[in-house]
Order: sequence, then structure tokens, then C-alpha cells
Amino acid sequence: MADLLKIQVIYFAKIRELTGLTQETFIIKKGFTPSNVLGLIEEKHCIVLGVNFKIAINDEFSDWDFELRNGDNLVFIPPVTGG
Amino acid sequence: MNKFKITSDIIEIETNKSIGRGKAIGARALFEGIVRNSNEGQEVIKLEYECYESLAIKEGNLILDEATKQYALNDAFCVHRIGSLEIGETAVIVITASKHRDEAFRACRYIIDEVKIRVPIWKKEHYIDGESGWLKGAG
Repeated sequence: MADLLKIQVIYFAKIRELTGLTQETFIIKKGFTPSNVLGLIEEKHCIVLGVNFKIAINDEFSDWDFELRNGDNLVFIPPVTGG
Repeated sequence: MNKFKITSDIIEIETNKSIGRGKAIGARALFEGIVRNSNEGQEVIKLEYECYESLAIKEGNLILDEATKQYALNDAFCVHRIGSLEIGETAVIVITASKHRDEAFRACRYIIDEVKIRVPIWKKEHYIDGESGWLKGAG
């Protein structure tokens, strides 16, 4: 179990509508990155999301190759369109 | 103090009248972004804004701090509306205050431009034909 981590993915905008969820828990392997998690989401929901996102982890901008930790909150941020 | 705010209430210019006032302030610029009835040839009947609030506030305040330093502002403020908005309603206002007008104008422009490309807020348009869609953004 030590090699498995529990993370929370929070969904907004188009990705929220495509998954039909506002958030979802994933059990992932140690060493997984946001890039790996995006693959899991696409597979689980049978959707294609592409890579046009920024990454936030625990309310901070982060990177696609960031190694996720147990308890992290992950957000895939679509191109913003405020204003 | 958080000067960048997210609200689901109607934004009234009048209620923000006291922001950016003071004896050292000689110029106050105000930008108001309003919901219009068309986009890229399609007739828009209403907009929906969604927001990742905790990060939006953090990033919005960072932008206001940058503008304050860069343009030596006395004050900077921004409020963005979320939820469902009708045509003609105010979506966002930016207020900057400085000694002279040039800094106030330039900082106001800087803030709204940066908000539009950095703050995690998303806009969904609803069209007259019943269709709707999230805007794609600059990517």
C-alpha cells in the first residue's frame, strides 16, 4: 500500500461537463504525474481531453511532470476566458 | 487585504465609488467589462462564468500587486462576477488610482489584460438558437 497514493482531482468548466463530476478521487501509483492522471481520466470517462491545460496542485500553479504526493488536490485548468 | 474579489452578486459601480480615493491621488481610472449580445457572428443571449476561486483570488491579487509596483499606484482593485449574467450586466471592473493619469490608465489596461489571460475564470456563451459553448481562450 505504501506505493499507492490517494489524490483528489477537481473539475471545472468543460472538463467538469465532460466528466459529469465536480471532483473525483484517484488511487495512483507513487511516481505518477498530472500527465499520468489525465490519461486515467480519459480512460475512465472515455473522453479525449488533449493537453491544452495548465496544472494546479493545492491551489498553486505547477507542472505536468510534478510527482504527486498523497493527499494532493489536482486541477487541470483549461485556457481561461474571463473578463 | 484582498483587493481582487469574486462575486455572484450584481456589480454596482456606485458601491465601489470610495475605492481609490485619497488626498495624494490625482487620477482614478475605471474599466468596466460588460456582457454584449454577440460574439464571432453569433447572437448571445446570456453568459455563464465559472471560477476556480481560491487560485483566482491568489492570481488576481498577484496581478494587482505587480501593477501597483510597476506603475507606483496608490490603489488597485478588481472585482469579477461569476454565475449567470444577462446582456448589459457588468462582468468585471478594474479601478486604479495614482498621482497622475498616465500611470492610472496604463495600470488599468495591464490589470484587465493580465486577468483575461491568467486568472482561472471561464466563460460559457448561450446563443439564440439554443446552443451553448465554452469559449476556447488563447490557449
